[in-house]
Amino acid sequence: MNKQYYISNFTSIKKGAVYNAKNKIFESELELNEIDLFLKEAYNFLALSYPKFFKMDRLSKLGILASEVLLKNESLESDTAIILSNSTSSLNTDKTHQESINQIVSPSIFVYTLPNIVLGEISIKYQLQSENAFFISDTFDAELIADYTNDLLAFEKAKNAVCGWIDLKNAEYDVFLCLISEEGDVPFTQKNLEQLYYFENE
Amino acid sequence: MKKIYLHEDAIISPLGFTTTENIQAISAKKSALKLHPNSRFENNNFYAGIIDNDLLSQAFLKIGDASKYTKLEQMMILAVDGVLKNRKQTNFQQLQLIVSTTKGNIDILQSNSNFPENRVLLSELANTVKEFFGFKKKPIVISNACISGGLALAVARRFINSDRFEEAIVVGGDLVSEFVVSGFNSFQAISNEPCKPFSANRNGISLGEAAAAVFVSKNREVSKNVSLFADSSANDANHISGPSRTGEGLYKCLSIALNEARLTPSQIDYLSAHGTGTIFNDSMEAVAFTRSGLQEVPINSYKGYYGHTLGAASLLESILVKHSLLKNTLFSSKNFEVAEGENPLNIIKDHKDSNLTYAIKTSSGFGGCNLAMVFKKEEDE
Repeated sequence: MNKQYYISNFTSIKKGAVYNAKNKIFESELELNEIDLFLKEAYNFLALSYPKFFKMDRLSKLGILASEVLLKNESLESDTAIILSNSTSSLNTDKTHQESINQIVSPSIFVYTLPNIVLGEISIKYQLQSENAFFISDTFDAELIADYTNDLLAFEKAKNAVCGWIDLKNAEYDVFLCLISEEGDVPFTQKNLEQLYYFENE
Repeated sequence: MKKIYLHEDAIISPLGFTTTENIQAISAKKSALKLHPNSRFENNNFYAGIIDNDLLSQAFLKIGDASKYTKLEQMMILAVDGVLKNRKQTNFQQLQLIVSTTKGNIDILQSNSNFPENRVLLSELANTVKEFFGFKKKPIVISNACISGGLALAVARRFINSDRFEEAIVVGGDLVSEFVVSGFNSFQAISNEPCKPFSANRNGISLGEAAAAVFVSKNREVSKNVSLFADSSANDANHISGPSRTGEGLYKCLSIALNEARLTPSQIDYLSAHGTGTIFNDSMEAVAFTRSGLQEVPINSYKGYYGHTLGAASLLESILVKHSLLKNTLFSSKNFEVAEGENPLNIIKDHKDSNLTYAIKTSSGFGGCNLAMVFKKEEDE
């Protein structure tokens, strides 16, 4: 018989606020387009001590902040898969790199011109050595993400999973990350994943 | 988990616009890597595998209006067309298109592009391919650095096993854009000669462009065919741009894939490595292969023929593995010259005939991602 998996915890970051399981845990008073300052405020609020954070691009910073909310009280096995998705890939950093092409090109910017780098950053911070996949879709495709995450768990490719949506359009960010494991109250289904995502978007 | 079979395939590269042409070129030891002008480099040129725009447009004009499609779209559409025209029957209602790429139409960001900026979005690229053929299902798009193409095959296998769909065309493609050339050059990662994977005197990658496509399903269809029957991916959790010195993620996914395949390293007849030609990547692979007990297995890299085709590479190379198995031929690891003293591998120095049943394809990429896939030649006793 297949094991039952649950959405054990979830977090979202959008419009200057950080949520953990429907509770707003932090709200910035900055203008919404002040994304870099907001990321720093959220870092301070979460009392992160991770200097590498300041070398990251915005997408990876968002990923680390959301993972910290999601995982800081967990002791996860390294067998935890990460399955994320967005609509813009790494376009924000792509444009920064593109602007530098005729001047001085920076390897530390170029390395962030791939959407899956955030999977690498989360894997390093939380020592997760498992399956990774980054999907692109125009909007959050709960069915695709739920199906693929379920497959990885059902086929025993991973014991737990972090899955969700991490999108950045110019200075507008929309992050929704879930921890999927055998513990919890909300069954891991496409419908529940969708409802939790849209709850924050009402 | 059940196996999936690799049916019709197509490769669009500087070495040819069909799989047959590509295999013939490899058999004749031709390389796509040529000198191209670029003021970024000493002597104002660099080695890369670039598809001739005019030849591509000429080929595309037989099926569509080349002016309406970007170079990468033309390459991907031609690859999918190459698959479909060799197939007797395809259910366009049910067929799942899976698109893999790292940078897609990134050249659109250049100020002189004739295409609107939204075409840079990877979902738009996938949609353009879907609309060209009139497929009904929404495409799935994977962008996971240099393992993208192979990961797309593994994703197809997982979804076919959970009955999300029964058959799919997996297509992968990437360009040699100024975007990636400038970026890899900033890492000082581009070789001043055609790349020399696994050779002790290697000094970097050569970039290449290609599109590759393959039709996959759970049905064997023909008596002799190649299946993907085990796969695993694992993150190094070590560094985003530097490979793990211990080959951690690659070792881990090789162990898991071999375990799923229920095979020991000595049963593997052929290993198609990633082998980019950088000092650190190839050393990391040698460490992981040695830790996995695969150091005696005949190994090659196809990067000396094509250069590093990024998101297309591990799909293109999986198709070459398939044909290698079917032809019972081991293709040489082009440009290999000098063996390494540390963690020496059994590099294939010349093409040779050999009875082949099981092969492994590996791939690694930025973000610390690694992939291992096990293929089997299936034939009636």
